[in-house]
Amino acid sequence: MASSYELSHEREYHAIRSAAALLDVSPLYKYRVRGKDAARLLHLVVTRSVEDMKVGQVGYTPWCDAAGKVLDDGTIARLGEREFRMTAAEPNLRWLEDNAVGLDVSVEDVSDSLAALALQGPASRIILEEIDLKYFRIADTTFRGIPVQVSRTGYTGDLGFELWVRKERALALWDALIEAGTPYGIVPAGMLALDVARIEAGLMLIDVDYVPARKALIDSQTSSPFELDLAWTVNLQKERFVGREALAAEAARGPQWQFVGVEIEWQSLERLYAEVGLATRLPATAWRTSVPIYSGGEQAGYATSGGWSPLLKKYVALAHLQSKWAAPGTGLEIEITVEHRRKRAGARVVKKPFFDPERKRG
Amino acid sequence: MASYDAVVIGAGHNSLVCAAYLARAGRKVLVVERRERIGGAAVTEEVFPGFRFSVFSYVVSLLRPEIIRELELPRHGLHILPLESTFTPLPDGNYLAQWNDHDQNRRELARHSLRDAEAYDEFGLMLHQMARAVKPLLAMAPPDPTSLSFGDLMGMKRLGEHFRGLGVKRFSMLTKLLTMSSADFLDEWFESEPLKATKSASGIIGTLLGPRSPGTAYVLLHHYMGELDGVFRAWGFAKGGNGSVTAAIAGAAQAAGAEIRTAAPVAQVLVKHGRARGVLLDDGEEIGAKLVVSGADPRRTFLGLVGEQHLPGPFVDSIRRFRFRGSSAKVNLALGELPDFAALPGRGPHLRGAVSISPSVDYLERAYDEAKYGEYSKRPYMDIVIPSLLDPQMAPPGKHVMSIFVQYAPYQLNGGWTDARREAFGDTVVDTLAQYAPNLKNAILHRQVVTPADIERIVGLSEGNIFQGELSLQQMFFLRPVPAWAKYRTPVSALWQCGAGTHPGGGVMGASGRNAAMQILGRS
Repeated sequence: MASSYELSHEREYHAIRSAAALLDVSPLYKYRVRGKDAARLLHLVVTRSVEDMKVGQVGYTPWCDAAGKVLDDGTIARLGEREFRMTAAEPNLRWLEDNAVGLDVSVEDVSDSLAALALQGPASRIILEEIDLKYFRIADTTFRGIPVQVSRTGYTGDLGFELWVRKERALALWDALIEAGTPYGIVPAGMLALDVARIEAGLMLIDVDYVPARKALIDSQTSSPFELDLAWTVNLQKERFVGREALAAEAARGPQWQFVGVEIEWQSLERLYAEVGLATRLPATAWRTSVPIYSGGEQAGYATSGGWSPLLKKYVALAHLQSKWAAPGTGLEIEITVEHRRKRAGARVVKKPFFDPERKRG
Repeated sequence: MASYDAVVIGAGHNSLVCAAYLARAGRKVLVVERRERIGGAAVTEEVFPGFRFSVFSYVVSLLRPEIIRELELPRHGLHILPLESTFTPLPDGNYLAQWNDHDQNRRELARHSLRDAEAYDEFGLMLHQMARAVKPLLAMAPPDPTSLSFGDLMGMKRLGEHFRGLGVKRFSMLTKLLTMSSADFLDEWFESEPLKATKSASGIIGTLLGPRSPGTAYVLLHHYMGELDGVFRAWGFAKGGNGSVTAAIAGAAQAAGAEIRTAAPVAQVLVKHGRARGVLLDDGEEIGAKLVVSGADPRRTFLGLVGEQHLPGPFVDSIRRFRFRGSSAKVNLALGELPDFAALPGRGPHLRGAVSISPSVDYLERAYDEAKYGEYSKRPYMDIVIPSLLDPQMAPPGKHVMSIFVQYAPYQLNGGWTDARREAFGDTVVDTLAQYAPNLKNAILHRQVVTPADIERIVGLSEGNIFQGELSLQQMFFLRPVPAWAKYRTPVSALWQCGAGTHPGGGVMGASGRNAAMQILGRS
């Protein structure tokens, strides 16, 4: 995925929030899961319930290893009674096939043959000719003569859609969307703009906000769905799924860590910079480093990504905090480097998402 | 008689800011606005069906970041979009563009002058330091150097220490900025005419002064303040037009409990025994209040709403002498297609920023010459933006709105402003711009021309001055609007001022409103 299509990502970001942005999300891994036992396989693999998903429904979900640690996260779209499409950030073909032993199901990697474009922003619906599609639903349609599947999904926390198209028609679809969107201010956007938007939306990013269990060098690098604020995706009513026992035990004792929103206090920042005679400096792009967070003398946790929200005019971050410090409103301190020196700025736990417009679901 | 802790006259941005802070402090506040809509000169109106305009003020450049934060304006709908560049087309078919990207900008400047390309960074650094030096003054009630009161003496002491802390080099630079003309000041840095002219133009905005008039260099700095905040980005284009700025402030005020009444023109401030008791509306309704805050300009407030009989003679004299001399006009165009500039054809990124008609300092000074003698400029300075490129909802799909800020159009026009002269002036503006963008005339679907006389009539700003009084040195800081009455107080007890006619002055800044509220609340 491109970093940005212009010298700066600024306009691309604002298009996501005020007009429409078009993003090439084809690099996602995509799997077509078909057969009599398709629902059973996915039901077994992921944490949420798949068997009761309706045709045309899309669900976001993580999936775990046997220890209940997150391997990856993505969406599952039920395209038919016996057909699903699963998206993932990492390759998962082997994992799906390993779990399909004995089931009547075929898993096909369609990552290369199926392209995906994300059309995100308040003008996205009007550009798609006022498409009538509910939040987290998918439908077959055509756009200017091109057969596409459109889902009301995305990674920006805004009104938005993702369009799934055969790779042969992908360029034509891109051009058609740009043409249709130009009167509405459509702008191609890359990862830098998306990164700001997804942080505002409180959406985590693999390899940045969590280490997938497959890549963890030590156990403490892994995270359970509970520790990633994904309890709502874990359906312990299901009789069987990978990681169930471990997750049930964790649910009973409560997670040690929580994944929360943190707001860095302006007055505190301003004071730290004024001490060295500087105007307050803010990061121009989102950052993706681990930054310690303290409560008095103790380390309460760490932020994993953050940045300045141009819309909210707030400096926000996504952070992992030990549960006792994770309640909204808790006052903490976050490390910040001011003129080569490590300082601590005041910070506060706030509810995620930082930005949650009506139009996202409406 | 209904009773409030405070009644605020006018629903412009400063009044609303003041009302919001007072309400947040628990005061029972009522804002009364003469027009049927709030916003003052920061309004968005659908002037032609489907075409929405920031009819008067048209960008956000100086809105104080602390106000954005403290009043949580983003939560109330404020979304500031970036204005990326400044494009100056030239009569010889060339152009000068100033871009956001450092290297792109440098390469473009070098096309005109290698020296200027080098000086540009140093100039930016210098302005940054100067803006930082002046910034603390924006958020304070200016101490009066002629007063011997403890508070004023302490204020002067703090100020003295602040300036001493700048060091000799920066202090002398600041002195230059405070006294020189913008043209002379820029001559010390640059040699390329379009660059000097375009930069000096920010020194003349809103004044009846030319780029070679002393004191204009400070106005240049005044306009640079917004850029100090860097990534915070308090400058740009408000999504939905400037009406959304005042709507957000009003939202914050109402959320804090303030009431706002529109179509409620104030006839007079009720004064009894030297104390303001409330206001009398045009329809005869009396509204009682413990204090009255006027967001109207000093002339309107004191000579119009209070009345000379309640004021000391010398004060009335000073208010009479407070200079307005509106010199700016707006031409708002509804366009069927984008302008195509001969110097840089096509729909490039240059259309998404400001377009400045300022080819040379001489051009600007000549434009001023005509205004000096009571004529509008035949070849005016223009600052143009196309908001529909940044926020497509400002116009029907595929169509555009263009905002043209024009100088000079003196309020005191020889023979006065008439409908015919307004349209003749509109023709002059369009003709001038069409020389650079030949398709313009055919692209125009509708045209609205707003002269200083219209600004006065519609918004109530005396002589159509967009800053509620000229931003010239003799009317700044502790002299704004009148010496000894620069701290938002007035000779009438319980009557306060919160408009741009007080320190630190105009632009959609809100500092006057916030400072006034802090004084009223006894915080400084």
